[in-house]
Amino acid sequence: MFMRKFLAAAAPAALFALASPAFAQQSPNLGKAISVEDLASWDISIGPDGAGLPSGSGTVKQGEAVFMAKCQACHGEKGAGTPNDRLVGGQGSLPGDKPPVKTVGSYWPYATTLFDYIRRAMPFNESKSLTSDEAYGVVAYLLNLNGVIPESETMNAQSLPKVTMPNREGFVVFTRGK
Amino acid sequence: MKETSRSETEQVAGNGLLHRRMFLSGSVAAMGAGAMVGEAGAAPLAVESWMKIPGAPFNGYGQPSKYEEKVARTWASAPGTGGTGSSRTPHHLLNGMITPSGLHYERSHSGIPDINPDTHRLVIHGLVKRPLVFALDDLGRYPMESRIAFVECAGNSGALFAKQPAAANIQAIHGLLSCSEWTGVKLSVLLQEAGVDPAAKWVLAEGADASGMSRSFSIEKALDDALVCLYQNGERVRPANGYPVRLLLPGFEGNMNVKWLRRIKLTAGPTMTKDETSKYTILLPSGKALQFVFPLEGKSMITHPSPGLTVRGPGLYEISGLAWSGYGKVAKVEVSADGGKSWGLAALQEPVLPKAVTRFRMAWQWAGGPAVLQSRSTDETGYVQPSREQLIALRGDRGNYHNNMIQSWVVDGSGEVKNVYA
Repeated sequence: MFMRKFLAAAAPAALFALASPAFAQQSPNLGKAISVEDLASWDISIGPDGAGLPSGSGTVKQGEAVFMAKCQACHGEKGAGTPNDRLVGGQGSLPGDKPPVKTVGSYWPYATTLFDYIRRAMPFNESKSLTSDEAYGVVAYLLNLNGVIPESETMNAQSLPKVTMPNREGFVVFTRGK
Repeated sequence: MKETSRSETEQVAGNGLLHRRMFLSGSVAAMGAGAMVGEAGAAPLAVESWMKIPGAPFNGYGQPSKYEEKVARTWASAPGTGGTGSSRTPHHLLNGMITPSGLHYERSHSGIPDINPDTHRLVIHGLVKRPLVFALDDLGRYPMESRIAFVECAGNSGALFAKQPAAANIQAIHGLLSCSEWTGVKLSVLLQEAGVDPAAKWVLAEGADASGMSRSFSIEKALDDALVCLYQNGERVRPANGYPVRLLLPGFEGNMNVKWLRRIKLTAGPTMTKDETSKYTILLPSGKALQFVFPLEGKSMITHPSPGLTVRGPGLYEISGLAWSGYGKVAKVEVSADGGKSWGLAALQEPVLPKAVTRFRMAWQWAGGPAVLQSRSTDETGYVQPSREQLIALRGDRGNYHNNMIQSWVVDGSGEVKNVYA
């Protein structure tokens, strides 16, 4: 009521300033301001351009050690799969009518997704426990197993977004009726 | 007695499908009563024990009858896990349009988190004027909105892509669909409070579960009908469905309706999360995959009869089922009893709501011979549910997701119902 009167009495310029007055009229405005620093522990998503990648780095060799200790039991030796998802191989299996082998190497369009997902969700029984160095290392190891990067390459916030995945051009944005 | 006119009992399609007026005019009851006159098949009535002694005392939260124990979800979990996978709604044992909360399907990527509502927070940040954090008590003070909406997993009905029809019932094939009344705060209200930066074109929603399940969607959807839900069917959202707060993106594929919602981030582009790249994309025969296939297409299925519900002898039956569309309301549902050769219009049970399931009903005089039952929905945009052949011609059979093809059930001469391709 009060706000309505206020809006009605306000000068046109003020009305324009409140062009999204749903906020003013419908919201009790109970959100508390939070600093970027204070929400950093939750802000773990990584954009395809690498936005959000932390400092730190990992090599293929370092990643192999982490993988063998923490990942192999579910994903198999060298990511060959079973009991859980296969992570390696399958390139060239996407076209046609035979069952595709969708892995990091054959299907995933962005290497940044790999870092994002491993850090937030793996290892399955202890997610969000890997250090940034460990996560970069596992990413490097899996990319190397898939032939995407050489064994000598180190993954970090600068190098990871530059990695071009084999299936980078494999996706078409859906439009209804097409 | 009311005249049972020819038009009311007229066959509208092959193999015994009758005009939908049958259910609107009350003539079914009249016919049934007429058929029973003169027959003395019923036994004398017993005065049962519960008619004579007091029943059970009150309790705090009611449960279904002990005789209904078979009305339960079924599930499969990933190797080495107990709550990672999906559970399915038993549609053959339910009627109406609302799925009881305890039977709502589940898809969880790392079990069901045990979230303390007092410490849970929802943060809104990214391309906003000021990042905000909300406690549950705060959200509970906002004006709320209720809507009835279906949630369907993008992988629902994927079994129909198999080369040979699986010996499976409707729960196993189509159980990753449920419909609830959802109540909560419009996401647009919270976003306005944070102040949307004009550069924000996408929104990332993230769960508080151990998998941190996250999906991207457009700012248009966020400002349109996205709802931050606190209540499901009148009570707080169940843990399996996102307690204490979940996102509802009406019509969009299931896991975009992020459960255990903890974070909303406004971004310039999609985040390209695991679940919008390596999963939930539709691989075509060309080797390319469709991405961001968000709304579920127009679809329907016959729940009664369906496998496990044996048809007991020739006579009058109600064929009933559910139809829905992520693009709006169901406009019509047609039913066939002869494998799609002829179709009759089903009655739509009110209410018919956009992005909710609609119950349809059809009268069927079964003569006792083999019959292939199908339903085909058309939504308000004119989209017609495709046959199995049509969908596979369009996308191949390896897409896994968004399978909305027509389901065929064969009723054989003995009344057994099976999943078939027809």
